[in-house]
Amino acid sequence: MSTGNMNLTLKIWRQKNTKAKGGLVDYKLSEISPDMSFLEMFDVLNEQLISKGDEPVVFDHDCREGICGACSMYIDGRPHGPKDGITTCQLHMRSFKDGDTIVVEPWRAKAFPVIKDLTVDRSAFDRVIAAGGFISVNTGNAQDANNLPIPKVQADSAFEAAACIGCGACVATCKNASAMLFVSAKISQLAQLPQGQPERYRRVQSMVAQMDAEGFGNCTNTGACEAECPKGISLENIARMNRDFYSAKFVSEEDI
Amino acid sequence: MAELNAHIPEGELTEKWTKLRSSMPLVNPANKRSIEVIVVGSGLAGASAAATLAEMGYKVKCFCFQDSPRRAHSIAAQGGINAAKNYQNDGDSTYRLFYDTIKGGDYRAREANVHRLAEVSANIIDQCVAQGVPLAREYGGLLDNRSFGGTQVQRTFYAAGQTGQQLLLGAYSALERQIGMGKVEMFTRHEMLEVVVVDGKARGIIARNLLTGELERHSGHAVLLCSGGYGNVFYLSTNAMGSNVTAAWKAHKKGAFFGNPCYTQIHPTCIPVSGDHQSKLTLMSESLRNDGRIWVPKKKDDTRKASEIPEDERDYYLERRYPAFGNLVPRDVASRAAKERCDAGYGVGKSKLAVYLDFKANTERYGRIEANVQNIHNPDKETCMRLGREVIKEKYGNLFDMYAQITGEDPYELPMRIYPAVHYTMGGLWVDYNLMTTVPGLYALGEANFSDHGANRLGASALMQGLADGYFVIPYTIGAYLSKELATKPIPQDHPAFVEAEANAKGIIDKFFAIKGTKTVDHFHKKLGKIMWDKCGMARNAKGLTEAIAEIQELRKEFWSDVRVPGEANEFNPELEKAGRVADFIELGELMCIDALNRNESCGGHFREEYQTEEGEAMRDDENYAYVAAWEFKEGVKFELHKEELKFENIKVAQRSYK
Ligand SMILES: Cc1cc2nc3c(=O)[nH]c(=O)nc-3n(C[C@H](O)[C@H](O)[C@H](O)COP(=O)(O)OP(=O)(O)OC[C@H]3O[C@@H](n4cnc5c(N)ncnc54)[C@H](O)[C@@H]3O)c2cc1C
Ligand code: SF4
Ligand code: FES
Repeated sequence: MSTGNMNLTLKIWRQKNTKAKGGLVDYKLSEISPDMSFLEMFDVLNEQLISKGDEPVVFDHDCREGICGACSMYIDGRPHGPKDGITTCQLHMRSFKDGDTIVVEPWRAKAFPVIKDLTVDRSAFDRVIAAGGFISVNTGNAQDANNLPIPKVQADSAFEAAACIGCGACVATCKNASAMLFVSAKISQLAQLPQGQPERYRRVQSMVAQMDAEGFGNCTNTGACEAECPKGISLENIARMNRDFYSAKFVSEEDI
Repeated sequence: MAELNAHIPEGELTEKWTKLRSSMPLVNPANKRSIEVIVVGSGLAGASAAATLAEMGYKVKCFCFQDSPRRAHSIAAQGGINAAKNYQNDGDSTYRLFYDTIKGGDYRAREANVHRLAEVSANIIDQCVAQGVPLAREYGGLLDNRSFGGTQVQRTFYAAGQTGQQLLLGAYSALERQIGMGKVEMFTRHEMLEVVVVDGKARGIIARNLLTGELERHSGHAVLLCSGGYGNVFYLSTNAMGSNVTAAWKAHKKGAFFGNPCYTQIHPTCIPVSGDHQSKLTLMSESLRNDGRIWVPKKKDDTRKASEIPEDERDYYLERRYPAFGNLVPRDVASRAAKERCDAGYGVGKSKLAVYLDFKANTERYGRIEANVQNIHNPDKETCMRLGREVIKEKYGNLFDMYAQITGEDPYELPMRIYPAVHYTMGGLWVDYNLMTTVPGLYALGEANFSDHGANRLGASALMQGLADGYFVIPYTIGAYLSKELATKPIPQDHPAFVEAEANAKGIIDKFFAIKGTKTVDHFHKKLGKIMWDKCGMARNAKGLTEAIAEIQELRKEFWSDVRVPGEANEFNPELEKAGRVADFIELGELMCIDALNRNESCGGHFREEYQTEEGEAMRDDENYAYVAAWEFKEGVKFELHKEELKFENIKVAQRSYK
């Protein structure tokens, strides 16, 4: 089936379930094409494992074009692998050399328990959004969209923050497993828009409280998250969130 | 047999929806609290429906197979969403959107539904902006628009190449808000495997908890299927890996008719297949056709690089064949034209199954405008190209990056190579005007239903339809049904119908493990995909379709005797999930071929080679085929045809022309 000529050694984290002890297992693969995506290389491996009567490696993936945020693989010590600004599914084998050994592990963070092999539980992110990552507007209550002009620069900046795909690479790469980049991206998107103002301070307080409750660590400003974020979410968002968080303390109770 | 009544309201086209809405029976708030609604799916259709119904006071349970509702396939939509706002003052109106959609669908959609869609389209944009969805804006702070295929106005709203992501995150945040308030119970990593029908009404589902493998019973007063499209029946498509037909197919087997299964959209601008290992295809958004010109060399088997082919040796075949719409003809037309050129030997690239999408001319043009803005007079070509690149980058940056990642080529320097790929399915569960299937209490929304796009969907209209269904249609129409259900007590989950449905789901899973065959699930999926692409793809004919039906029947037998599903039922087992989906795709594939064979005409995405004009355009047969084909499932994988006649009272039916 494969069409190329790369030979690889893979060391892949195998773990039966959340409670089981996991470990790295070696696999040899040959005839890998440089045009394959990293996940297609995993498809080849899994087809071979199934044919041999072994269990395939379980990993999350869906869109395979860098937008759903599912494909959480820690490759050679970096979330989403060696290239900047892309997800695992966008990584292609031409980024590796014939004969390479590649180590693949799941995201590691207390708030992201391993479910099986490379799959982790990221539902903590959903709960942080449920705590306040929205504008409270029921369907049917909206005014005409153009009644609310928003300067382009501001709208673009909100969009850049909104581009977060919820992949969790920021948490995985942070030595404290902090979720600040993810949380601040949503807070910052809404804080920069006029629609987001009424709940601005309430939002930052409840989302941060939920973030803490989920067991994410503190931010010590190492900047690893920004460097590893596939969508280029900027550290400025964290600064913006911190400002809002401290301002919220001075905003009177009634305003929150 | 269920009755096939579209329940289109009486009255003038423009008043049907308004009148119906204001005369629809209501459910009072106290009663809503005791009514449970099950929503399968958390894409644009599911998330918007679940959030809105919960806001209204219903108790909602929502399901998705991904680990988070935010990852539903809608997240991947790129180019934009249509709405008849006429913000550009270019003559757009509700009627024009309605007209373009009916014509684009090659006169195979229901007038009343499409008009309603056009009516609510403007509200969608208002709603999304109120939620904080950062749609693209102009310097004046107002919303920007771009053009999409099949129209001559600019009515497409967008957020760079991530429109679906931004709209879905808006709907997702509305959904999470309701989850946080305890009004929606969310079940992620759950797959619906059965619809439960009690006394002829949909009363619940059987869902498998994908982490534990446990089969769960969930009851409700109504069930909404918002489970997306079935393009993955072709194995290779632009859909996400998990997109499937299972929810819709199980409903079909429980009595819901399947509408127009053969109407498939093949999108003209996708990255070509690069080898056998390919697991999915990547779309390059239609919005690129705003600024990209499509061409092939005029000379057959030309092996020169694109840059070495002079202007007058290039064939801009869309501009040549369709001067009025040029590169912006609808998708079906553009796809067939690409196939025609490649089949005739003018294709480019290694496989010769590709055409060029070239941005050079427009990059330079944008650069020149930008130079003016920046007060650079008489800019040289290089300056123009540099400035133009920035403009192109802002418009389509993520798409260009995606292309570069996948192909290893720089699309700012070289023209893109593109080829058509399976993208969307216009067919789906048959629904009436209220979005109800032929099973009372069972609804279908979004891409899962067959409703609004006829035989060909216009670009940027799926997002519009999904959100229209979820935010603005179902919240009203479901009231008509639920208001009659107030006396219905909570549905007991030990009812024999639940027991039977669960046993059925379990029986299928047990069967998979019992086969212990030699071939992987993907092996069968790829085989099915090849049959479908070759014989029920961009061009179809009676001989090929007849062969395909026999081949698929054979494949079904082989699958059920030789598939190998590793692992166990009571654990997280993605191979088992895939097996279930492929089993359903195989049955669906057969129905698609049967439907395509039955439809002795060409219309929209359904192109029967026997029925074409001298110029190779699709030739409809309005006398005999102006109907929706609604198929009923019969024991032993047999299908019976029912027809819903389409009546065009407000539009003059004509041969589609984009010349
Ligand atoms: C690459 C790409 C780009 C596109 N770009 C555009 C565009 O620019 N403009 C446009 O208008 N349209 C576009 N489309 C089409 C559009 O995105 C889809 O038609 C639309 O998003 C479908 O939304 P949906 O809510 O119906 O389904 P989906 O978003 O597919 O959601 C399906 C949901 O159902 C769930 N589900 C499915 N089966 C089950 C089951 N058995 N049990 C439990 N849950 C289940 C899934 O988990 C998911 O939550 C694009 C499509 C693709 C593939
Ligand atoms: S901030 Fe970046 S790394 Fe973190 S979840 Fe969002 S996209 Fe992923
Ligand atoms: S699979 Fe969706 S981002 Fe990688």
